[in-house]
Amino acid sequence: MNLNTLTIEEGRSAIADRKTTATALTELFYEKIQHEDPVIGAYLTLCRERALEKANAIDSLADKGEPLPALAGVPVGIKDVMVTAGLRTTAGSKILENFIPPYTSTAVARLEAAGAVVLGKMNCDEFAMGSSNENSAYWPVHNPRDLSRVPGGSSGGSAAAVAAGTAVATLGSDTGGSIRQPAAFCGVVGLMPTYGRFSRYGLIAFASSLDHIGPLTKTTKDAALILRTVAGRDPMDPTSADIAVPDYVTELEKPIGGLRLGVAKEYFGDGLDREVRTAVEAAIHKFAVLGCEIIPVSLPHTEYAIPTYYLVATAEASSNLARFDGVRYGHRAAGVRSVSEMYERTRDEGFGPEVKRRIMLGTYALSAGYYDAYYLKAQRVRTLLTRDFENAFQKVDAIVTPTTPTPAFKLGEKTEDPLAMYLADIYTVTADLVGIPGISIPCGESSDKLPIGLQILGRHFDESTILRLAHAYETSGEKLQSPARNRPQHEGEPH
Amino acid sequence: MKVTEKDVLYVAGLANLALTDEERTRMIRDLNSILEYVDRLNQLDTTNVPPMAQTSDKFGIDESKQSTERFAYSYREDIHNGLRKSLPRDEALANAPDSDETFFRVPKVIERS
Repeated sequence: MNLNTLTIEEGRSAIADRKTTATALTELFYEKIQHEDPVIGAYLTLCRERALEKANAIDSLADKGEPLPALAGVPVGIKDVMVTAGLRTTAGSKILENFIPPYTSTAVARLEAAGAVVLGKMNCDEFAMGSSNENSAYWPVHNPRDLSRVPGGSSGGSAAAVAAGTAVATLGSDTGGSIRQPAAFCGVVGLMPTYGRFSRYGLIAFASSLDHIGPLTKTTKDAALILRTVAGRDPMDPTSADIAVPDYVTELEKPIGGLRLGVAKEYFGDGLDREVRTAVEAAIHKFAVLGCEIIPVSLPHTEYAIPTYYLVATAEASSNLARFDGVRYGHRAAGVRSVSEMYERTRDEGFGPEVKRRIMLGTYALSAGYYDAYYLKAQRVRTLLTRDFENAFQKVDAIVTPTTPTPAFKLGEKTEDPLAMYLADIYTVTADLVGIPGISIPCGESSDKLPIGLQILGRHFDESTILRLAHAYETSGEKLQSPARNRPQHEGEPH
Repeated sequence: MKVTEKDVLYVAGLANLALTDEERTRMIRDLNSILEYVDRLNQLDTTNVPPMAQTSDKFGIDESKQSTERFAYSYREDIHNGLRKSLPRDEALANAPDSDETFFRVPKVIERS
């Protein structure tokens, strides 16, 4: 069994057909993690005993010949911003270094109810704030495709583990691109469902009007399987929508011929890497060959998305992170004499530089005298960004763009310049602001053999169409390749 | 420079952050650079554009209703019996940095003058 390419379906079938057991599969993954993860750093916490208990329960079912659930025995990882009862959850922050949650997030509970085996908690940028995973308070994650490069962020550990084959699939969270951007950098599939499609009960909040949970997988089909498992109304999250959940796995197989695909010039402007452009244009050509109609659209406010995002997201974060006060859980500074000193020193010691920067920016944008000029202004522009997409979706069924302006950058390359780091999300933030679903799938490699991501954006609650398109591209036989890919391959060259 | 040291001190106070001298200097630089970039929003005339706080009021709602009534789908009847149990006290206190096993314990809130 090749763990590097193992999909959900293959893993489950191997157990159902008694070719292996859930326990044996779990053990294989821990062995692989032990050998390969030290140089990658994708896992923050492992939970072997818990995992073997779950695996054993699946094996008992299989022994009795009972039907196995959809994700039976499939080893998965969970971004460490989703709480797991009895299993340490840090949000990548020192302030929650010893936090053992008393309850489990709905997304994780639904995966486990479907038989998935949680191997551990994935490294991420502190409170999901970052685009490179270098803001983790523990250690940075290295991109398995090139260890000198970042895996992207903030779900860097989640993407790296799938790319390295140390998990079959993972859950990540996306507030400004944090699933799709690392998926593109690591060469895996990353899906951000529509706002409201997944319950966020038990997701440690960063920016509540923008936070999404979603899967990172090796194939679009696996993403559809997880979407089908987790999607749907949850009484514990009033923002989860009461809208029927289609069978995304059968939706995948529907033909894509005749679908209208939008291409927005604003996503192909200055700053787009030449090789990324070539690969994405080749993918668009492929869609035309597959029978889609390619239609130019305009999203004229695109250049305002990053400034809008950094006002809205930080304002919400400054409010959400007020709960970390050293009273009920998490770190508390030692030797404090008053409550106000306790708050200040606890937060000073517990939060890293990027988290403090965002709390400061958000507090400033909400403070008296600046609220109208910054926060309210950003909310108005958010309406304009939404109208851009409403107009475009009158003419097209989905929009294709590059996921990121460049392939993965080097560790340390952008850490000194927060603004340069923010611009890594330039093609992904708008979908979060507008609440539409988006998927990133691999669409070739750069001359440095770095993965390139193709983003497909869809209408609200129309994950089916973007999954169909992604699946059709992925399974269309010989994929269109960037010219770089046609270089002679050296035997034994590591990937 | 839009943001001065005085602003940083004021905002840090609002956010319950003390910040070291070094952090304050860096914060002045970073906030100014980010706000300068953000200023491009002022190129847009948004006089008649309504603000948008979130996206979920577009879906699964009753279009004919106003404000919070639009979210009526997420209301439920009051439950008189069989309420979901609160977290047991020992579990709620399990992560507390300091407790007396009944309450969270914190330093004195009001000082005698």
